[in-house]
Amino acid sequence: MKALNENIPIETEQIDPQEVKQELLRKYPTKVARKRAKQIVVNKVAEEQEMQEIGANTRTIPGIITQRGCTYAGCKGVIMGPTRDIVNITHGPIGCGFYSWLTRRNQTRPDGPADENFMTYCFSTDMQEENIVFGGEKKLRAAIQEAYDLFKPKAISIFSTCPVGLIGDDVHSVAREMKEELGINIFGFSCEGYKGVSQSAGHHIANNGIFKNVVGLNDNVKEGKYKINLLGEYNIGGDAFEIDRILNDCEITVVSTFSGNSTYDQFANAHTADLNTIMCHRSINYVAEMMETKFGIPWIKINFIGGSATAKTLRKIANYFENEELKQRVEEVISREMPEVIKVRDEVRARCEGKVAMLFVGWSRAHHYQELFKEIGMKTISAGYEFAHRDDYEGRSVLPSIKVDADSRNIEELEIHPDPERFRPRKTDEQLKKLQDEGFRFKDYDGMMREMSDRSLVIDDISQYESEQLIEIYKPAIFCAGIKEKYAIQKKGIPMKQLHSYDSGGPYAGFRGAINFYREIDRMVNSQVWKHIKAPWQESPELAAKYACD
Amino acid sequence: MLLRHTPKEITERSALTINPAKTCQPIGAMYAALGIHGCLPHSHGSQGCCAYHRSALTRHYKEPVMAATSSFTEGSSVFGGQANLVQAIDNIFTIYEPEVIAVHTTCLSETIGDDIPQITRKAEADGKIPDGKYVIHVNTPSYVGTHVTGFANMTKAMVDYFAKSTGQKIDQINIIPGYVEPSDMEEIKRIAEMMGVRVVMFPDTSKVLNRPQTGKYEMFPEGGVTVEALKTTGDSLATIGLGRLASGPAAQALDTKCNVPCEILDLPIGFKATDRLVDTLRKTLGITVPDSLNNERGQLLDIVTDMHQYFYGKKVALAGDPDHLIALTEFLVSIDMWPIHIVTGTSGKKFESRIREITKDSPYPINVKAPGDMFLLHQWIKNEPVDLLMGNTYMKYIARDEDIPLIRMGFPILDRIGHSYFPIVGYRGGMRLLEKILDAILDRQDRDAPEESFELVM
Repeated sequence: MKALNENIPIETEQIDPQEVKQELLRKYPTKVARKRAKQIVVNKVAEEQEMQEIGANTRTIPGIITQRGCTYAGCKGVIMGPTRDIVNITHGPIGCGFYSWLTRRNQTRPDGPADENFMTYCFSTDMQEENIVFGGEKKLRAAIQEAYDLFKPKAISIFSTCPVGLIGDDVHSVAREMKEELGINIFGFSCEGYKGVSQSAGHHIANNGIFKNVVGLNDNVKEGKYKINLLGEYNIGGDAFEIDRILNDCEITVVSTFSGNSTYDQFANAHTADLNTIMCHRSINYVAEMMETKFGIPWIKINFIGGSATAKTLRKIANYFENEELKQRVEEVISREMPEVIKVRDEVRARCEGKVAMLFVGWSRAHHYQELFKEIGMKTISAGYEFAHRDDYEGRSVLPSIKVDADSRNIEELEIHPDPERFRPRKTDEQLKKLQDEGFRFKDYDGMMREMSDRSLVIDDISQYESEQLIEIYKPAIFCAGIKEKYAIQKKGIPMKQLHSYDSGGPYAGFRGAINFYREIDRMVNSQVWKHIKAPWQESPELAAKYACD
Repeated sequence: MLLRHTPKEITERSALTINPAKTCQPIGAMYAALGIHGCLPHSHGSQGCCAYHRSALTRHYKEPVMAATSSFTEGSSVFGGQANLVQAIDNIFTIYEPEVIAVHTTCLSETIGDDIPQITRKAEADGKIPDGKYVIHVNTPSYVGTHVTGFANMTKAMVDYFAKSTGQKIDQINIIPGYVEPSDMEEIKRIAEMMGVRVVMFPDTSKVLNRPQTGKYEMFPEGGVTVEALKTTGDSLATIGLGRLASGPAAQALDTKCNVPCEILDLPIGFKATDRLVDTLRKTLGITVPDSLNNERGQLLDIVTDMHQYFYGKKVALAGDPDHLIALTEFLVSIDMWPIHIVTGTSGKKFESRIREITKDSPYPINVKAPGDMFLLHQWIKNEPVDLLMGNTYMKYIARDEDIPLIRMGFPILDRIGHSYFPIVGYRGGMRLLEKILDAILDRQDRDAPEESFELVM
């Protein structure tokens, strides 16, 4: 398919998405095309119709130039990285620790100048050839001792990199021994990069590790009437700070955040909360599930991305606690905050209406940010996740039908039973039934596809080639992805917003975050800077010739 | 304080690296491979390696950095990565159509012992490598050496795979620029051009990682050394390798393989090291140094003499790569500044002795460690404060805590631009460095001066 002339505004409705799909697959070798065809779906939205099946959480095709990272990145980088008072030691050659050192923009704010913050440090065993040949356990043990001697932290965790698994270092037994010896909590993660098919496996491993080794260790009950955990919020660009501000104003207490701006102690008494709320379904739903089984804490899916989404989330939490005072308080906060959100939204909408966006990121962001774009009149015509599973696309109703393949079977599924002392149902069966009858939905996530428009293209694990083709065909006003994609897209003259790290921006969650995002997108899609790319003589080269003739 | 747990008291560490002043081999190999025209680097390992290297290079250059990966799973880690690499080669040539795929290994594929040449032969036998296209490779286990080693090894692989000696000498010089920025490579070529020297530079990332905004994206932009040019390196009159660690192995390999005599020089940072490069070119080719170059040298020295009072006696702490640090230390000492704490993550006894020799007249004791880390550097600074820091972006945490100005140089620079466009090598690069040093020192003096001695003319 030829790209449309760039001078003519593109009517995306005129483009046949089925044809686009064929175009994306055309150049691929047959086997690759067959596999990718399952991961590219033209969305059909009809009442009562079942979602189409999308290929997801399957192996990345070698050589295709993927966005995806590895298991270590998901475990150390995403989940455990934002916790400030655990000394996180990477057991491996230097690279893995180096690349995951402060690069994700997770913000943290220790209570005072004397409080612990190790996030600015990179700790590694820096394995050398002799450690690979003769084993690295001795060096790991020594490294833990040195970290303890220097910092006396509450906890030390160990992250295994690829060679660790291959040479058979037993990080867990080293952790156990050192825990006993030093008397602090020490635990390891078998998050070798090659496990699983993307960073998603690392999230699961991190969830398991933190659940097994930390959650439930501290029974101190925090003061507060309405106590929740905020799961899957990593405080990139300060999102969790804005969410905390709002919840605080509503007098809702956050016991722990997994894991933005978090501390070890927060994890340890997470089980004392009365509700788990999930922001990023993909990375953290495991912990919520396990906490429900073991401690009796129900979980709900929430979303703080967008002004209306934030309001909806607050009402949902208030409804859960079934307290009129809280409901009243929440309404007050919403009516205090929303006018400014609406004012900026409408102002920006006038300039953004009808423009086209594409979103290809991990997290639940490729889904939730569509709502922000929608609020300013922009249309998401194509989106996809980097490392999601089918339930993130099609909704959790599809869970029973997902086959567990060999790659997922490698990741341990913990067997969880109710804790004999700490299990406490937060609601009676009658209360639960009443809430559900009123339309309240527990542990539910409908996925991205249901909320996307008809004929939009849903693409899992998009390749560099497909991104380039999509841009040529649709010429979107903005493309959202990660750092690796950013500059190839901008070189094409199209603004690119990083939705992993937010570039240099944020917060984008909550009320103030929505305002920040509207303004940021306004800046990006309406800026004059993109119009200066061509020099005057490149715009109209024939003029020079005319002068020459004169 | 951002590094609030760093104690002043220094204790011996044998196992734990904290705040490294290095990273791993494969990223250096990837960077070098980007300096071949029409080349797609390929990481044979888990896909996270490739993602991390691309991200780090992208953040440093604010430019597209494309590379592919074998995307190992647990299965490939057990059974070997042959199927993954053969499939990757097929996909890359079919979809992205590069001229060259430059494969580097990782700690994963090295630990399981994948034999890349054997896999490449298999790909060739299966018809996956189109006629006239190349797959080259280098072994870059992450648990040996550092990013500098990876750069050196990939650069040597260019010689191993492409350099040929036809017996017919060509009137040209090979210059291996070292692990420097695209702007530095451009500047070295410009100096050679001013002297009328025909140069094959490899690798050459200029016009690859400092591309203009044109509204068009080209995966394989015009820059990079061509395979054709690489083939002729075996017939060149001589090779100049800049930076012993980064360029030595390739320069020596050319000598061994094709009998091209080589000279290994320091990176041309500062006037002394630049003088040696210019003089070597002059003597090798029997040419006269043009006035235009003498003029640039004179301008650099003019700044040195005009502003000497601000340089004199200032103490500096440095972190970076050995090749850079040697030349930089020499430059600073030559203008009467005192680098007193010097750390690199790359090991080298020769490095330490070279630094000690350059700084032998220092009035201060010199702390130098290779390999050391930035945690140790920070501790040294706490014990003996300095006036200026020079190093990569991670040093900004020390700079803020200790309230010392920082000049960013080295890899990675994640929070400022300039390094990909403006060189630090050559006389003009020296002028840029001095401008940066003066800006840092004089801004600090302006900030801290009492009102009565706040100077208008400096």
